[in-house]
Amino acid sequence: MKATVYVTIKENVLDPQGTAVQGALHTMGFAEVGKVRIGKYLEVELNTNDRAEAEARLKEMCEKLLANTVVEDYRFELEG
Amino acid sequence: MKFAVIVFPGSNCDIDCYKAVEDTIGQPVDYVWHTATDLSAYDAILVPGGFSYGDYLRCGAIARFANVMSEVKKAAEQGKFILGICNGFQILTEAGLLPGALIRNTGLKFRCHQTQLEVVNNGTAFTNQYSQGEIINIPIAHGEGNYFCDDATLAELKANNQILFRYAGDTNPNGSVENIAGISNVGGNVVGMMPHPERAIDQLLGSEDGKRMFTSILNAWREQNGAAVNS
Repeated sequence: MKATVYVTIKENVLDPQGTAVQGALHTMGFAEVGKVRIGKYLEVELNTNDRAEAEARLKEMCEKLLANTVVEDYRFELEG
Repeated sequence: MKFAVIVFPGSNCDIDCYKAVEDTIGQPVDYVWHTATDLSAYDAILVPGGFSYGDYLRCGAIARFANVMSEVKKAAEQGKFILGICNGFQILTEAGLLPGALIRNTGLKFRCHQTQLEVVNNGTAFTNQYSQGEIINIPIAHGEGNYFCDDATLAELKANNQILFRYAGDTNPNGSVENIAGISNVGGNVVGMMPHPERAIDQLLGSEDGKRMFTSILNAWREQNGAAVNS
């Protein structure tokens, strides 16, 4: 089974990279651009067919390592 | 008093820390590899700067799961002195030994220069040789030194006098909350800071204001263990 994990910076935490990219897009003439937030995208292959187990284990992985929950949020999708 | 300098793959301030202990206070010091499983012989543990595990995922995120870190946690619980500098600070926050997190500098640039720090709390084992409010000159070298914590944590830091250093005046180089440059845990025995005192131990290096962090630690240890001890 394959998991796709998204790690994003919490709404109340400044994202300097996103702000810089937003500024660059404005400079390039993309005036319609509002806020830009940059995050991480991870593909994780799991050797299990048990969906409930996979979800529980992924949550643990996210809380312990993949995200720093002081400054980041996470969500994941499972397929297969 | 015996010091350990923890070495991870990618640490690059380990030698500076080791030499700083030798040169400033002349105490025994060992390099301890990240696979070590026993730190009971040491009274103080330095977690040096660098780019442990290439800063992969997040700075310090992978180092915190190294074998030696459970020993560092144990030492912290025993009240031993633990100082994390730069990447060491990032590792200690990732490990949950210090509150908050270090995120990307607001200016996005890696900043490498001298900074003026205000000593906000000189009543700790790490700062007792400074005067309260003294401005000291200590260099920084980081791209992710922007200290962040939520409002509740910030209120606690203030209430418990856990803020040890701030960037003085309007010189904040990274956007950190309330100009924070270094903090301690509630117990006061675990400290993390982005600036590098181990790089400021000789005028030839631009400043010797970092020396007194090491003499502070030795002083605190001697007070704990009887002033006459000369080891």
